[in-house]
Amino acid sequence: MIISIASGKGGTGKTTVAANLAASLNQPVTVLDCDVEEPNLHLFLHPEIQSREKVIAPVPEIDLDRCTFCKKCMDICRFNAIAVTANTVVTFPELCHSCGGCTVICPENAVTEKERILGTVETGTVPLPDMNFGQGLLDIGQVMVPPVIRQVKSHRAPDQGITLIDAPPGTSCPVIAAMKDTDFVILVTEPTPFGLNDLKLAVETVRLLNIPHGLIINRAGMGDDAVYAYAKDKNLPVLMEIPYDKAIAQAYSKGDLIISQQEDYKEKFQTLYKKICFLADSEKCAP
Amino acid sequence: MKELVILSGKGGTGKTSLTAAFAGLESSLMLCDADVDAADLHLIMAPDVQETHDFVGGNEAVIAPDRCTGCGTCLELCRFDAIDENQGEYTVDALNCEGCGVCVDMCPESAIDFPPKTCGQWFVSHTRFGPMVHARLGIAEENSGRLVALVREQAKKRARDAHIDLILTDGPPGIGCPVIASIGQASAILIVAEPTVSGIHDMKRVGELAAHFKIPAMVCINKFDLNLDQTRAIETIAREKNILVAGKIPFDPVFTKAMIQIQTLLEYDDTCPAAKAVRNIWETVMTHPAMKLERLM
Repeated sequence: MIISIASGKGGTGKTTVAANLAASLNQPVTVLDCDVEEPNLHLFLHPEIQSREKVIAPVPEIDLDRCTFCKKCMDICRFNAIAVTANTVVTFPELCHSCGGCTVICPENAVTEKERILGTVETGTVPLPDMNFGQGLLDIGQVMVPPVIRQVKSHRAPDQGITLIDAPPGTSCPVIAAMKDTDFVILVTEPTPFGLNDLKLAVETVRLLNIPHGLIINRAGMGDDAVYAYAKDKNLPVLMEIPYDKAIAQAYSKGDLIISQQEDYKEKFQTLYKKICFLADSEKCAP
Repeated sequence: MKELVILSGKGGTGKTSLTAAFAGLESSLMLCDADVDAADLHLIMAPDVQETHDFVGGNEAVIAPDRCTGCGTCLELCRFDAIDENQGEYTVDALNCEGCGVCVDMCPESAIDFPPKTCGQWFVSHTRFGPMVHARLGIAEENSGRLVALVREQAKKRARDAHIDLILTDGPPGIGCPVIASIGQASAILIVAEPTVSGIHDMKRVGELAAHFKIPAMVCINKFDLNLDQTRAIETIAREKNILVAGKIPFDPVFTKAMIQIQTLLEYDDTCPAAKAVRNIWETVMTHPAMKLERLM
């Protein structure tokens, strides 16, 4: 069972839900932070990192002794990552999408590929019973986010295990990379005009991917009621509400879990998981 | 001309609410919403849209079944897992297609079309605070960075034409492609940080990004009284990194109340402590040397 936690708008409580849900389950779980631009889950779960791997993307290297400056590599590149002049070739690795077109098209075999580092994937364990951890970290200045996310996801739990994925905000390629091929999406929103506007975009995204989904309303009572009417209208199940509570916000600010401050939340997160099992393909649920 | 970009790294720290509040403090400015993925500024600005344009953000491969001989070259070459094969029939998975065109150019039968793809729309609008350029990226689309660059380019062009000297840009969260597209050539960035473990972690990364691209950075602390220890930590980090602390705003539900009324904080309540803090921050930001420097754009 792979559950991703997404939102559209940032700062609605994705990481709070991921961390607390993971720590409430009485079964083995793997949590993966796929918000590789700004990963925060580690601040709440304090994992011991046991292994680090680089995320590598191939980029072209031109052998100028073989190059005849025919410009075919420049013409096939849709990302303006290669410029060919009368007697030299300049590559722009930061623009390269690693499609390999230049290596395939070169008639002189003058293009080979070298490695460019996009970021790091770290894995380890959380000092709680049966919890594995993974996160991606995009290098500062890099733009190719989806390959880092895909590499984090390769560390998901085997077979029947539970994997929780903390997704990035937004609705474009990084979110798709995080949510794709997961069994259920939890959408976290706050009951404000901004929260609702971005929730609508997130719901469209999840429905495009055709993944079962449900809603958590965080900071309930903070704003207006429009999100409830929207959820009803769209047949969107409200799985849980977390109240607008300064004590919860203060716990969060220190990196504390809600369940370590308010014991009854553990049961609420366990109920959340049961509801998800009911809504998702039940065969995916561990007993 | 000058451009201030509001960023945060972490989402939900108050970028858009602050951008809107600042807008009311200048007599002449151009607004630009560079969060094209999940744009919210229009919800407060209630823009009167004057122009709507399609954003053509690349091309998408489409296999023509009548010309395809099923040789499998495309499947072999595609590095994005975007070619599906089902009993000898080949199709492109649009969600995975990167738009690189390698399959299009290498297909021996020229059986793959590559039509341009409309990935969103961008708008030029009137608002009660001045003109605004904003956009909407289509759901699950790529190339948000290119749309951000386009929106900023248009904001500059139109500001120049209208003799407006200041562009106020509401940036996206994160530090990746759209954020990098939103800060190139900006006069300065203002980071909206919150005093939480996540807020500090993310503010550091966006500060490093600004340093990497040599853009002057300032920071303001929203909800500073939520956790005074973390607020002090932000101030210390900012001093170490030579980032000006432009001010601190108290935790106040008035921001949400204003949002619900489709008003800026200052329109909703001009005298509350948060409103005073916002005014002070704006004054400080505008006296920063980077905001005095005339940049050729």
